This record gives sequence, structure tokens and C-alpha cells, in this order.
Amino acid sequence: MSAEPILSVSGLSVRFSKPRPLAHQLLGHPRQEVRALNGIDLAVARGETLGIVGESGCGKSTLARCLAGLVTPTEGEIRFRGERLADLRGKDRRAYNRRVQLIFQDPYSSLNPRMTVGDMLSEALTVHRMRSGSGVDERIGELFELVRLPQDARDKYPHEFSGGQRQRIAIARALAVEPECLIADELVSALDVSVQAQVVNLMLDLQDRLGLTVLFVAHDLRLVRHVSHRVAVIYLGSVVEIGPSETVFSAPRHPYSQALLAAAPTLEVKEGRKTPALSGELPSPLAIPPGCPFHIRCPYAAERCRREKPALLPHGGGLAACHFAEEIAAGTQPVRKAEPQPA
Amino acid sequence: MPSAAYLLSRLLQIVPTFLLVMVFIFLFVRLLPGDPAIAMAEAKASDQQLAEIRERMGLNEPLAVQFGYFVKNTVTGDLGRSILMKRPVAEVILERLPVTVYLSLYAVALSVLVAAPLALFAATRANGPADIAIRGLFQVGLSMPVFYIGLVLLTVLGAKLRLFPVGGYGRSFIDNLYHLALPALSIALYTSAILMRNLRASLVEVLDSEFVQFARAKGLPRRIVLTRHVLRNALVSAVTLLGLSIGNLMSGTLVTETVFAVPGVGRLMLEAIFARDYPLIQGLTLTFAVIVSLTFLATDIVQSWLDPRLRQA
Ligand SMILES: Nc1ncnc2c1ncn2[C@@H]1O[C@H](COP(=O)(O)OP(=O)(O)O)[C@@H](O)[C@H]1O
Ligand code: SF4
Ligand SMILES: [Mg+2]
Repeated sequence: MSAEPILSVSGLSVRFSKPRPLAHQLLGHPRQEVRALNGIDLAVARGETLGIVGESGCGKSTLARCLAGLVTPTEGEIRFRGERLADLRGKDRRAYNRRVQLIFQDPYSSLNPRMTVGDMLSEALTVHRMRSGSGVDERIGELFELVRLPQDARDKYPHEFSGGQRQRIAIARALAVEPECLIADELVSALDVSVQAQVVNLMLDLQDRLGLTVLFVAHDLRLVRHVSHRVAVIYLGSVVEIGPSETVFSAPRHPYSQALLAAAPTLEVKEGRKTPALSGELPSPLAIPPGCPFHIRCPYAAERCRREKPALLPHGGGLAACHFAEEIAAGTQPVRKAEPQPA
Repeated sequence: MPSAAYLLSRLLQIVPTFLLVMVFIFLFVRLLPGDPAIAMAEAKASDQQLAEIRERMGLNEPLAVQFGYFVKNTVTGDLGRSILMKRPVAEVILERLPVTVYLSLYAVALSVLVAAPLALFAATRANGPADIAIRGLFQVGLSMPVFYIGLVLLTVLGAKLRLFPVGGYGRSFIDNLYHLALPALSIALYTSAILMRNLRASLVEVLDSEFVQFARAKGLPRRIVLTRHVLRNALVSAVTLLGLSIGNLMSGTLVTETVFAVPGVGRLMLEAIFARDYPLIQGLTLTFAVIVSLTFLATDIVQSWLDPRLRQA
């Protein structure tokens, strides 16, 4: 990546302590920790779209929430144009809240059911003092045009719209404050397939026109390939592979990426390569395995994988965190026999 | 605001409810052994008095016509004469009703005053020690019957500490805030426990919802997030609960008014039941039904005002 990153993340970890029932607290059961993110390193360049993929529960939403400032990381830092988010105070912090906007997955719970669309947008505009007086009305009109909503949407409530329209409202609300970076957490996965394309294309079009940087979080690989310049594959809170979209999709280096692609029915997997589909359960983030987090499910796992966590290193056109990335690509890494794993 | 069409349709829904209540009351008196006129008259009523009552109720006509008489009498406010009070039922009820309405509203106000701040306090510290303590305390409140709470209050605050009068009714609005404090509190402790639980649960849910997270992420001041986004949404279910609990509250007044010697319709009902004063029982049942229906109506209107999704008629 040549351009200076606008948003970067290093060593980002988030641990949630699982709420314990009172009885457990009294009995002195230890506090359990959910390790949602385990040392994520990422950087996004201005105007770039970075796709973030991974199974459900791997920490994608937690990453999105950290970037939006909703979750405070346990370790690591987030930098926006080189400045640490944790150091931003007062006016600077408010500016960050404006420049980086999050769009939630669920267009039903992310809009206040008791507010008209006009009120939502004007709240966003006035809180950041983007416009005042008649400027607010004018800007709301512009936003409706931008996201292709009818002007009479202003006085309606969220329940009067379809899922696709609601997601447009969420986009309009995010765009109201003229952000530089949009974080779209599963932007369309709650929508019917027939409207997914419309909403995604709208977002791409807006990105082009407004020069936005986009973090596109999704579990639909096809969609991510379609929209992203680069893709990061996340497994149990760690980045296991990151690289240009075409490279990752046509020649994935990490066994987990390979398995994800093999599991995606709509993606063509290269002929001749025998990629075993993803087997076994995703381990609980309460008990992340030592060594390579993927070794329990990895068909190529060797002794070293159980002891040593692989670093994210250049392989092929991108980076992958696998001890045997080269051997696997060359076809020399032995495939382990499918054995029932000890629980 | 809710539309006129919504209000009208909601008002019209009350009519069948009232009709049904009237059918029940009408049949009730006719299911009693003997002539309904005997039930509605004093024990020592003369034949002439009985004849008058039969005439008024149309007891010599077919059942359908009798019901017509009953509806006509009820609508015009003629509820018969109370055997116990020896006065027209409507007059007695109208005299006693304000006391009970005052007591109920007082209790509701106290419940909200107790429940709302505590629920907000607990919800914003969900699962913390303060939250657990508050919930535990209210659990105890919920598991005690109203009359027991009443007796405890009566003994401690009234008889021992002499902070409040142990019974009776005052002369003015302000005076009654003092006079009815104990009965109102004993009802409110129970209602507020239910209300607190419900309000806390919906607050926790709304506080966790994405639009609230978004409002916070946007940097909206905390106070505005709470009022504009959280409270309005959490209130809907609390209002429903409060409306529904008015029914309970009305039956609670039977006990509370008796324990605290409050001269309201609750105590009157109990007296009427003991005296088998059927005209009075009938009139009071009707009154309770009207009050509960009107409360439900008010609840629905407030709800539709709070929640635009309910506004379609
Ligand atoms: N606020 C929270 N408290 C406790 N655990 C959480 C919280 N948020 C997320 N988690 C846990 O962290 C893990 C990652 O969740 P999430 O980021 O939502 O994954 P994804 O979006 O990839 O499905 C999950 O195991 C989830 O249960
Ligand atoms: S490091 Fe080992 S276990 Fe992990 S992905 Fe590579 S081969 Fe599989
Ligand atoms: Mg998610």
C-alpha cells in the first residue's frame, strides 16, 4: 500500500468479562473472559475499501465498534491520520466522531422508532453544528436525493419503510455529517437479496463521488470481492490473511481463507486444488487455543502449530499468518488425516 | 398526535365492553334465588314497594324488554336505591368516588416517583451491586400482600412514630396528601415494585439498542440521549403496565380503604357485599367497569402518542 493510511489499528485486543450470575460470584467462580479481538493490525488508505470477512462470532462487529469509538480496546491503539484515538479529547474527539461513521447491520434496531426521519437527520446535523436554521432543511433535501429517497420521507417514521429504504436512511444519517470514513457492518445482510445490490451500488457510487474510505464488514464473500480493493480475513479475533482482493480470492494463502472460499458455494474454487471444506466447530472465544488459533480445524496442522502463534508475513501478493504458507502453496505440506478431535 | 380516526375508533370499541358488563350485571341479579325485585329491595319491603320496583325494572315484560329498561335506567343515571344507605345509589357513589380516585392517582404518582428514578439508576448500572441490591429489595416488596404492607405502615409510621394519621379522610386537596399518605404508600409500594422491574428491563434493552449506541457514538450529550432516545422508548411498556395495574389497584382499594378507614368506593363495595345491598353492588360494579375501561382508553391514547407504530386505526 503506497498511500498514507487514514485509519490504522495496531495490536488491538478486546476482552469482555462475561457477566456472571450472582450465585457464581458468591461461590467464587472465576470471571470468564471473552477474547473478542486478539492483536489486530490493519491500515486503510484514503479512498480505499477494505473488506473484512470471517465467520460469525470472529469479532468483526467488535472491531467495527472499536473504530466507531463505542468499545474501548483492552490493548492496542487506533490511529486516525496518525493521531491516537485514545488521546483525542473535547473538540478533537467530536471531530473524530463526525469523521468516522458506523452503519449497523440491522436496519430495524439502528433507527429510533419514535423519531421521524427528518428529526434523525436534523439531530445529526445540529449536534455537529453542520448546518443551522434553513440550512438544515436544505441539507436534508440533498441527503434524500443522494440516497435516492423520496422527499416526503422527512415526516415519516422508520416503520413506514422497507428494509432497503431503512438502510438508505441509515446511510443518509451517516453521510449527514460529511464523514471521511464509513464503517459498514454487514450493511446488507439483513436485506432481501433483490435489494442488496441496490444498496451496495448506492454505497459504491457515494464512495466514488464523496471520496470516502470504507471498511466493508461482511460474511458474504461474493459481495466483499465485488466491492473491496483489499480484504482482511479474520479468525477468532486475529487477522490471518490480508491482501489485494483479487489475490486473496483467486489464490488464498491461509488454510482458513481457503476453507472459507471452499465453503462459499457461489465462488469458483480453482480446479485441481484439493481444499478440504471447513470442518469442526469454531472454538469458543472464551478458550482460544494456544499456538495458531486455527490449528484445531486446520488440515495441515503440525506440531509447531500447536506451540507457536504464526506472525502475519508476506506470502504471495499479501500477508498471511501461517507457518507453512509456502509449503501449502507448493503442495508439499502433508494433509493430516481427518481424526475426531479431542474435546 | 394520534389521528381523530384512531381516537374515534378506540372510543367506539368501548361501547361493546360496556354492553357486555351490563349483560353480566343484568343476568347476575336474575340468577339469584327468588324474584329480582326481592333482591333489590329491603328485607322488610312492603308489597307496594315491591310492586314499584317491579314496575321500574319492567319485571312483568319479556327478558329483552327488561334489558332495555335496565340500559335506559343505567344510562339516565337511575341505579336504584341503596338498601344500606337508604338513598339513591348514584348519589352515594358520586359522593364516595372522588376519594378513591384521589387515592388511586396519589398511589400511581407515588409509584412512578419511586420506580422511575430507581429503575433508571439500576438500569444504567445493570448487573452491578447497586442494581442487584435494588432488585432484591423490590423482590421482597413484591412477595408481600398489600394489606400486610398496609398493616406494617400503619403500625410503624402511624401508631409508633405518629408521622401520619392512621386513617380517615381530610378536607382539602393538600390536607389529603397528608391524610392519605399511608394508604397511598401501601398501594404504591406494591405497584412500584412491578413498575420498577418492568421499567428497568425495558431501559436495559433500549440502552443496549443500536440507535442508542449510535446516538452516543455521534457525541450527543448524555442527557439528550437519555430523554430523547432512551426514555421515550422504554416508557411505552411501562405505560401499558401502569394502565393495566389500575384494574388491580381498584380491587386493592377494597382492602386498603378498609384497613385505613378511608371512605371511598372500595370500602363501600365491601360494606355493600356484607350487607347484600344488590343495587349498590350493581352500581359499584358498573362504576369500576367504567373506570377501568376509561383507564385502558387513556393508556392506549398515551401509548399511541408515544409510539407512532400504533397510530394506525
Ligand atoms: N458486549 C459484549 N459482551 C460480551 N461479549 C461480547 C460482547 N460483544 C461481543 N461479544 C462476544 O465477542 C465475540 C465476537 O463478537 P462479534 O464482534 O459480534 O462477532 P461478529 O460480528 O464477527 O459476528 C462473540 O463471541 C461475542 O459473543
Ligand atoms: S500455522 Fe499451522 S495450523 Fe495454522 S494455519 Fe498454518 S498450517 Fe494450519
Ligand atoms: Mg457482527
